[in-house]
Amino acid sequence: MAMKVYGPAASTNVARVLVCLEEVGLDYELVPVDMTKGELKSPAHVSRNPFESRAISKYILRKGGSQLLREGNLSEAAMVDVWLEVESGHFDSAMSPIIFQCFVVPIFMGGTTDMKVVEENLEKLNKSLEVYEARLSKFKYLAGDFVSLADISHFPMAHYLLAGPHASVIDAYPHVKAWIADIMSRPSVKKVTELMEAAIRMN
Amino acid sequence: MAPVKVFGPAMSTNVARILVCLEEVGAEYEVVNIDMQAKEHKSPEHLARNPFGQIPAFQDGDIVLFESRAIAKYVLRKFSKSAGVDLLREGDLKEAAMVDVWTEVEAHTYNPALSPVVYECLIYPAMRGVPTNQKVVEESLEKLKKVLDVYEARLSKHDYLAGDFLSFADLNHFPYTHYFMGTPHASLFDAYPHVKAWWERLAARPSVKKISANMPLKF
Repeated sequence: MAMKVYGPAASTNVARVLVCLEEVGLDYELVPVDMTKGELKSPAHVSRNPFESRAISKYILRKGGSQLLREGNLSEAAMVDVWLEVESGHFDSAMSPIIFQCFVVPIFMGGTTDMKVVEENLEKLNKSLEVYEARLSKFKYLAGDFVSLADISHFPMAHYLLAGPHASVIDAYPHVKAWIADIMSRPSVKKVTELMEAAIRMN
Repeated sequence: MAPVKVFGPAMSTNVARILVCLEEVGAEYEVVNIDMQAKEHKSPEHLARNPFGQIPAFQDGDIVLFESRAIAKYVLRKFSKSAGVDLLREGDLKEAAMVDVWTEVEAHTYNPALSPVVYECLIYPAMRGVPTNQKVVEESLEKLKKVLDVYEARLSKHDYLAGDFLSFADLNHFPYTHYFMGTPHASLFDAYPHVKAWWERLAARPSVKKISANMPLKF
């Protein structure tokens, strides 16, 4: 029976799960949840809300026997975990407000971007990207010289960064820029990017 | 085998997160203090361990790690078998997933609602000499109540968060909740009997008692 993923494809959390399904080639069905209609809070959704895309992603990768977690190797698995935590605390935390202000507010809420919030978070993002640049100057990927969930997990937010008005922020970080291009060129990532873009166009 | 090293102040919540796991698996370890007041966390020596200049950091021989949840998992994976504990459940797909889910919930939902109360009531007044921002406290408590509604429902069905077994997910809640119990709002948990009972079970564990002893509620 195909796995069901509940949520809009344009959501970064849903995209993260979809790319893992694509990586391991497991069958799935995307069940759209209309965020604007308050479906998220309906009893039916809450009871099957599997929440937490990273937990779901890991389940899928383990089930599909993927090498993207490196759980057979203590130190490699630890590095994957380290950079997944970094993604959450130092990349997503800055990217989320930027994406919200640059995409969600004008497109879905008919509002005006708060440039102060964007500037503050671009500053934080730049500080984080300095660390990423240093790391990716030493290793091809974040956890080491092997691609892992830590790299791929960045793609949904990276997609919105590249599609938005602040894409040029990565020009100052050549290794980061090359790494993003590498991740975005993966077949699984390309496929899910298309799903994300189609979902946004429908709005 | 040389003891592993945890870099950071013993009373720090994220250091405690690692220490409680080390205690659970009975591993030998050494806590190396990092003097935050003297900005030691920004020194080149520490930046070599944690490029974001934060605590904790960790060393086991050649392996140097940062990010407390990643470090704690490394510790559990390395030492669990010989200690006869299984707090990650990585041998079982479904159980491991439930551990991951509730570990993520702690990080993204529980902690962001609860920790501002700890910072405003305990940490900022002591460390920065600033008064408690009651508005932040009130807003956080409102969010926390909604979170605890979900926890109460979950813990009415299972003794622990991931199922009827203690796991990494439960232990992750200890450090900040410990400090929350030192704020004037500890009695919030009284309205959630299953959550309160779960917390008391955690607090009674020898590992938690031992690490709590280095986390004074008055500072």
